Amino acid sequence: MAEAANQSIKKSGRRFGESCIISWLTVCAAVSVITTAAIIGLLLKESLVFFENVSPADFFFGTSWVPILKPSSYGVLPLVWGTLQVTIGAAIVAIPLGLACAIYLSEYASPKMRAYIKPVLELLAGIPTIVYGYFALTFVTPILRSIFPDVQVFNSLSAAIVVGIMILPMIATLSDNALRAVPESLRQGAYALGATSYEVTTKVVVPAGLSGVMASFLLAISRAIGETMAVTIAAGQTPNLSLSMFESIQTMTAYIVQVSLGDTPAGGIAYQTLFAVGGLLFIITLLINIVSQLVLSKYREVYE
Amino acid sequence: MSELAFAENSTATNETVETIKDKALDLQEVSILYSGNPAVKKVSCYFMRNKITSIIGPSGCGKSTLLRALNRMNDFIHGVTLEGKIMFASEDLYGPEVDPVEVRRRIGMVFQKPNPFPKSIYNNIAWAPGINGFEGSKDELVEHSLKQAALWDEVKDRLHDSALNLSGGQQQRLCIARALAMDPEILLMDEPCSALDPISTAHIEDLLFDLKSRYTIVIVTHNMHQASRISDYTAFMEMGHLIEFGETEQVFTKPLVKRTEEYVTGRFG
Ligand SMILES: Nc1ncnc2c1ncn2[C@@H]1O[C@H](COP(=O)(O)OP(=O)(O)OP(=O)(O)O)[C@@H](O)[C@H]1O
Ligand SMILES: [Mg+2]
Repeated sequence: MAEAANQSIKKSGRRFGESCIISWLTVCAAVSVITTAAIIGLLLKESLVFFENVSPADFFFGTSWVPILKPSSYGVLPLVWGTLQVTIGAAIVAIPLGLACAIYLSEYASPKMRAYIKPVLELLAGIPTIVYGYFALTFVTPILRSIFPDVQVFNSLSAAIVVGIMILPMIATLSDNALRAVPESLRQGAYALGATSYEVTTKVVVPAGLSGVMASFLLAISRAIGETMAVTIAAGQTPNLSLSMFESIQTMTAYIVQVSLGDTPAGGIAYQTLFAVGGLLFIITLLINIVSQLVLSKYREVYE
Repeated sequence: MSELAFAENSTATNETVETIKDKALDLQEVSILYSGNPAVKKVSCYFMRNKITSIIGPSGCGKSTLLRALNRMNDFIHGVTLEGKIMFASEDLYGPEVDPVEVRRRIGMVFQKPNPFPKSIYNNIAWAPGINGFEGSKDELVEHSLKQAALWDEVKDRLHDSALNLSGGQQQRLCIARALAMDPEILLMDEPCSALDPISTAHIEDLLFDLKSRYTIVIVTHNMHQASRISDYTAFMEMGHLIEFGETEQVFTKPLVKRTEEYVTGRFG
C-alpha cells in the first residue's frame, strides 16, 4: 500500500513513447492520403488541359479512338469496351471457380489437402503478369484457334481467360479467409438442425461470409480492370468496339502502355490523353468501390 | 413401472416391457475415445421419454462428449470413435445404415453459447424446416415455436429484425425455438443457461418444465440447484465414468455412492 502511494500518477516515459508511436503512425497514414490527393490533383489538372482541346462529349461518347494519326479522333468508348470485355470475361472465369475453390478449401478439404493447395494458389498469384501474357499468346490462343478458326492472333477471349486465371487465386484465398472466419458454432447449429453439409455451406456459411466473399470479387475485378501487361500482349493494340471476343482490342491500360512506351512529346495532346484515360480508369475503379460498399452495407449478414 | 430399481442397474433383466418402451435412448456400455484416449468409459444408462434427465459432474468428466454422441455431433470431430451401443427406439444410432442427418433432425441440440444464425428471427426458425421439406404454414410454425420458447411476446413485432440484435437470453430462447421448430423427439442441451443471468435462466427452466410433456430432454448442467429443481433423473459422471444414475430426488438426498454425495453437497475435493 505504502509503495503504491509513492508512485506518481503523472504520465510516465512509457506514455511518452506511446504518443511518439501514435504520431509516427499518423504521419504514415498522412503520406498515403497525400499521395492519393497528389495523384488525383495531377490527373485532374492534365485532364482539364485535355478537355480544353477535346469536348467531353466527343471523349465520352465518341466511338472512334485515333489519337496519334491524323485525322485524330478521341472517342474513348472502344478502350472502355476493351477493358469491359476482358474484365467481364475474366470474372465469368474466375468467380465460379474461385468461389468453388474457396468452399472446397474451407469446408471440405482435409488439413493435408489444404497444405498442398494453398502454396499452389500462392504460386499462381506470384507469376509475373507478363508470363500470363505469353501463356495466352502461345498456349491459350492456339487452342482457341483450333476450336474456332475465326479467332485472331490477338483476341480478347484469350486475354479474358488468362486474366481470369490470374485473379482466381485472389478470389479463392480471400473468400477462403472469409468463410473460415465464420464461427464454427454456426455450422454446428445448422448441423444440429439436420442440415446436410451442402445446405450448411450454401445456406449458412456462404451467406454469413458474404461480405468478405463479395469484397474478394470486387478486389479481383479491380485487379482485372487495372491489369496491363497480359492484356497488352494477348489482346493487342487495336481499339475496337466489336461485340466479338475473337478480335483484337485495346484496353485503357494497354493504350497507356502504348503511349508511354512511344516517344510522345510531353505537353502534346497525345500526351494529355494519357491523363484523360488514366483519370477515367481511376473514376471507374472508384465507382466500383463505392458501389461495392453500398452493396455490402445492404446485403451483409453480420455475425457477432 | 420398475422405477424404484433404477438406482440398481440399468441393464437389469427385470425391466418390464413398459420401461423399455419408455426409454427414448438406451446406452449400453458406451465408451467414447478421442484418437484412442477414452473420454467416456463404459457408460450404461437411459433417458426416459417425456422426462428431464440432467447430467452433472466436474469439468472435463465427459458430459459434453456423451451428449454430443447422442445426436452424432461427434462425427464432426476428427478421430472420435465410439464403442458400445446407443439404442434409439429399436435402432442402433451408430448402425451402418443410419443417416446421421436424419438422426439430427429427430434429436435436436441446444448449445452452451447461443448461436443464432445471422439471419432474421423469422428465418432462424423457418430455415431448418424449410430445407427439410416442411409444407405447412411457416408463419404459424414460427409463431408456435416462439410461443413454446416463451419468446413470442418479446419479438412478435420485429420478426424480420436480425436475430443478433436480441439479448443473450433471448438468443438462447430463440435457439431453443429453432430446435423445437423441427419437432424433435429428444432435445439435448449443453449448459444452456451458463451464459445467462438468473432471470433468463428462470425463464428457460420454466420453459423446460412446460416442454417435457412433449419432448424428452437431456440437459448438462453445472448448477446443482438447477439439476435438482428441474430434472426427473440425474446422472453423475466423473472422469468418464458414470458414477451414479437414478431419480433426481434419490441422487440428491440418498445417493448410493459417497462421491455423489460429496459432489452434490459441494464437498467435492
Ligand atoms: N475435440 C476433442 N479432442 C480431444 N479431446 C477432447 C476433445 N473434446 C474434449 N476432449 C477431452 O475429453 C474429455 C471430456 O471433455 P468434455 O468436453 O466432454 O467434458 P465436460 O464434462 O463437458 O466438461 P465441461 O464441464 O468443462 O464442459 C476432456 O478430458 C477433454 O480434454
Ligand atoms: Mg462441456
